[in-house]
Amino acid sequence: MRTYLLGGVVTKVDEHWDKTLPNLMAEAGLKSLEAAGLSTVDAVYAANVYGEVLQEQANLASVLAEELGLKGVMASRVEAGGVSGLSAIQSAVAAVNAGLAKAALVVGAEKLSDITTEEMTSLATMEERVEYVGMLGVSQLAEAALLYKEYMKRHMVKQEDVAYFTVLSHEHASTAAHAQYPFKVSLESVLKSPYVAEPLHRLETTAPADGAAALIVASEELARRLDAPKCLLTGLGFANDLVTPFDREDPLEMRSITYAGLRALEMAGRKRTDVDFAEIHDSYSIMAPLTLEALGLAERGTASILARKGYFTLSGELPVNTFGGLKGRGNPVGASGIYAVVETMLQLTKNAGKNQVDGAEVGLVQSMAGLGALAGVAVLEAVR
Amino acid sequence: MTGGLLSPPSVWRLKPFIYRLEGLRCDSCGHFHPLNYFVCRKCGSKKLVRDRLPERGRLVHFTVVTQAQHGFEHAAPFIAGLVQMDDGTYLLGQMTDCDPENLTPGMVVEAVVRRLRANDDSSLIAYGIKFRPVI
Repeated sequence: MRTYLLGGVVTKVDEHWDKTLPNLMAEAGLKSLEAAGLSTVDAVYAANVYGEVLQEQANLASVLAEELGLKGVMASRVEAGGVSGLSAIQSAVAAVNAGLAKAALVVGAEKLSDITTEEMTSLATMEERVEYVGMLGVSQLAEAALLYKEYMKRHMVKQEDVAYFTVLSHEHASTAAHAQYPFKVSLESVLKSPYVAEPLHRLETTAPADGAAALIVASEELARRLDAPKCLLTGLGFANDLVTPFDREDPLEMRSITYAGLRALEMAGRKRTDVDFAEIHDSYSIMAPLTLEALGLAERGTASILARKGYFTLSGELPVNTFGGLKGRGNPVGASGIYAVVETMLQLTKNAGKNQVDGAEVGLVQSMAGLGALAGVAVLEAVR
Repeated sequence: MTGGLLSPPSVWRLKPFIYRLEGLRCDSCGHFHPLNYFVCRKCGSKKLVRDRLPERGRLVHFTVVTQAQHGFEHAAPFIAGLVQMDDGTYLLGQMTDCDPENLTPGMVVEAVVRRLRANDDSSLIAYGIKFRPVI
């Protein structure tokens, strides 16, 4: 597959008290149109998870289209938990490649700053089997802590090795203007932060925030006529698994991530070793090693050790979460996949500033809903 | 809004599992489903029969949760556990009638019915399974 992406924009992940959810989306969407050099598109896709619950707004994409000043366009919202961003891109790619649209605008956004941390913990648990684990009082956070315990026991990995992924994320976020937390943290401060569900410390999890990111998927014919920096989406793969990790044969395996990654790479005609950098879904510190290992980018049980050796830094063998990932840049859930794709576009078009990875030609983006219930992987490449 | 997980009809639907650990077991592969399914989520068989999990199992891992989810703020800190029931099925649930100091992975636990939480709107109290150490 060769599908053109352009007009990638990110807004700062922050507490935007003065903006509504549609405001956040329209701001990113209008900047995206401007960056692409377009005045309109044929379709608008909104990636958002909690709009019905938090803003009591359904039919979000029509509301967005109205705020964008567009009329007569296709508009729909895509929700697939943490994979919403990649799923919305998939819808846009399908529409463009099927000839239903020449250009599709994809906006991911979430507005979470109005709620408490306890409410955020409940919202995350909505990605799990609520009639079972939610009803019995086990949150996604608690499930992640139990996975963490199993990982440390199985692989004889120390807590400070897993927690080090937070240090790495913040290091990369420290030079990212759009990051929620643009500063470094020490391993000591991560380990000294209070437990939220031991062994998970507060600094090993993400915090509620607002954010919106947008990009445009364009047909080759249209893309060639536009001057904006572009890159190519060459592979896209999705796979589900049993929703609760402990119902699977091995809760640490994350097969959804493995299969989504294999599909995306196969579609792109690429091998794992072709990947120059990766943007992964580190919603909890423990998900970083589990994901890297599921993708085959590290051997089982070794990702944390590689991280401490500097393997995943911006100048390392395989830079990971080059703008801080969910932990450092922030986790506006429905938008997080769009943020990761736009950050990958910035790398591939050599517009990543201080976060630029040298020789970034092939990037991999991975998103996850629940704790591996659904995974999406995209492969992006620089236009040569 | 009268719907939601904690509405009376919802709690009524979930009663067999959350009160009695009743669900559907696959006649082909033996996998247990805590809720109603039409197809075995593990092997795809459509032969599912009603069954009830054993009440005892062993504690695999537990975590002390200090950042509770909404509805459980009053309960924090509480303990969440992963339990392997005597038939091999893994279940997640809260631990009760114990302190973290009393718990060790591998110990025998049993399912008991306790108060889970109250519905904000109707004040309806939902009860369901938690686990406690067998003394």
